[in-house]
Amino acid sequence: MTFSMADMRLLTPHLVITAAALLVLLAEAVSPGRRKGYLPYLGIAGIVVAAFTTPGLFGPARSGFSGMLAGDAFAAFVYFILYAVGALTLLVSDAYLRDEGRDHAEYYALVLLALVGMMLMAGATHLMSVFLALETMSIAIYALAGFFRDERSAEASFKYFILGAFSSGFLLYGIALLYGACGTTEIQGILDAFASNRALAGSPMALAGVGLVTVGFAFKVAAVPFHMWTPDAYQGAPTSVTAFMATGVKAAAFAAVLRVFFVAFQTLHVDWSGVLWVLALLTMTLGNLTAIAQTDVKRMLAYSSIAHAGYILVGVVAGTPEAGAGILYYLLAYAFMNIGAFACLIMVGRKGHENTELDAFAGLGFKFPALGLAMSLFMFSMAGIPPTAGFIGKFLIFKAAVHQGYYWLTIFGVLNSAASVYYYLRVIVTMYFKPEPDTPVVEGLRAGPSMALATILAGLGVLYFGIVPGGLVDLAEQALRYLV
Amino acid sequence: MLQNYVPILILFLLAAGFGLGMVLMSAMLGPRRPDSEKLSTYECGMTVDPGARRPFDVKYYLVAMVFLVFDVEVVFLYPWAVKFKALGLFGFVEMLVFLFILLVGYAYIWRKGVLEWE
Amino acid sequence: MIPFEYSMGLSAVLFGLGVVGVLVRRNVIVLLMCVELMLNAVNLAFVTVADHLNSVEGLLYVFFVMTVAAAEAAVGLAIVVCLYRARRAVHADEISLLKG
Repeated sequence: MTFSMADMRLLTPHLVITAAALLVLLAEAVSPGRRKGYLPYLGIAGIVVAAFTTPGLFGPARSGFSGMLAGDAFAAFVYFILYAVGALTLLVSDAYLRDEGRDHAEYYALVLLALVGMMLMAGATHLMSVFLALETMSIAIYALAGFFRDERSAEASFKYFILGAFSSGFLLYGIALLYGACGTTEIQGILDAFASNRALAGSPMALAGVGLVTVGFAFKVAAVPFHMWTPDAYQGAPTSVTAFMATGVKAAAFAAVLRVFFVAFQTLHVDWSGVLWVLALLTMTLGNLTAIAQTDVKRMLAYSSIAHAGYILVGVVAGTPEAGAGILYYLLAYAFMNIGAFACLIMVGRKGHENTELDAFAGLGFKFPALGLAMSLFMFSMAGIPPTAGFIGKFLIFKAAVHQGYYWLTIFGVLNSAASVYYYLRVIVTMYFKPEPDTPVVEGLRAGPSMALATILAGLGVLYFGIVPGGLVDLAEQALRYLV
Repeated sequence: MLQNYVPILILFLLAAGFGLGMVLMSAMLGPRRPDSEKLSTYECGMTVDPGARRPFDVKYYLVAMVFLVFDVEVVFLYPWAVKFKALGLFGFVEMLVFLFILLVGYAYIWRKGVLEWE
Repeated sequence: MIPFEYSMGLSAVLFGLGVVGVLVRRNVIVLLMCVELMLNAVNLAFVTVADHLNSVEGLLYVFFVMTVAAAEAAVGLAIVVCLYRARRAVHADEISLLKG
């Protein structure tokens, strides 16, 4: 077994970001306690360098490291989503952590290492590398979720940890059974095994394997009924980490889901699409119904992220390249609007007080016009109102589902989307039409240049890709053409 | 089938016999002059005070966790050492990179003061 | 030789015990142990299949699962210590600040 330089080429972006993470740690180890305001920007520089090494990967499928890692257009597309997520998270974290007095080097290193895990997950073409990438990402995120060390943060971290470890157990057992049934766990190899041996699709071991892998991934993307503690974890974690979890983990997990279900389990579409049909419906509906009942905006966004996972699952059920392209587009749109919304939440808080109850937003629209405008834009996009990226994303996914004849699922999706308008607009209504209480909850904004930059970038992304989606959709379709 | 396990059974019997034999021999041959100190649960060392059932210092867990991680990473060194010649220069460089990454983590916790007991 | 089905059955039983433990037990340390039990059951399944198919891939998994389990246990214990410092509670029922 040898590795060539061509293999190393596939791994260059990951190596660059790992090097950035190690540099961050070394910088802190060499001069502990000094000024470290530059550390997040060191990380962003690493992400930018990695982004420059990525376009070369955009092309037909190449596989390296004995079939462990792909360098194809699909991976490259997801890498760019993850770069956006990583860079925005670091920008948002800077002022936030300094204000909370928790700006330690390991935070930035953990974000970068989790990012590497997410990227490996998108590029993994072997269930072993899927598993290792998943754990690289998850273990870093367990630590990040508990980073504030107070009661809520520790509880969020613990719940996310148990849920995550539990789900990787299911995923692994599924992989072991698939290994027993197919004799390999390379994604292409599983496809070949199922395609060449019709009887395999009926063997209990193979079916149990597919089922357990489905359960494992359902936990990871927080699909109902495997979402139990996700809202708690999202609510208790530091807000910047919540944004990172909701967007990055989701993008990486769905990238792996696309590769596993669209490629490895391609011939079993009849078997798994029925199960995912039910999961998608439950996830959308329960996520939205519970979100309506929330009085805390952060928790509401946690439930809304479950609902969004439901919309994306509709695309997975459809199972065509068209749907896959829609999912990739949605993941990018969701990254921009969600990080933007969480950035707004960070801004209204102050040290030790998050101020994320809905009432805290009363009157803020006129008091801080820029914040009101940004928050309204992100809420419109989440609700799927044109001309925002959120609308185009939902449109692409539902269109692909209709083309495959999933009329009922699409109708339920559109109904859910309409119901979600209620709780997203409630935030806007509270900001503009409710008078501020006599003793104002939010006296000033926790906004620095980096926070403003992140919000503006996210807002521009939501608007730009909402008004001129064409180029991005083409790229996403190309990415899928090389995958399937 | 099962006869493959006969050597293990013999090993079990030998081990049990040896253990029992030693205990029996010391019980039969040894002189017996009991006093209260000898009959107490802990025969050697100092009297345990204030009782063994107190929580460990949290520092202990920190060091234990760090040890656990570094200890298990060694699992990758053994197969590498066995196949050292076959893996060649690439394997060597690869392992150096792996150890360097661990070393960075070690340097970080060291400078952060995790290893200092006080 | 132990038949393939016996080892796979044992691993399924161990995995089931781990799952039930996570769902039923409330002490967080026991929760951690149950997760480890699940991972060890998986390891047994991998070794069994690797032996059955005479392939080395499953044995590679075991190495990685072991290291990942150690890393997971280290982070998990750190979180439990952190939680205990913040709340003085090691029972999952008492960890319920976040609800709604």
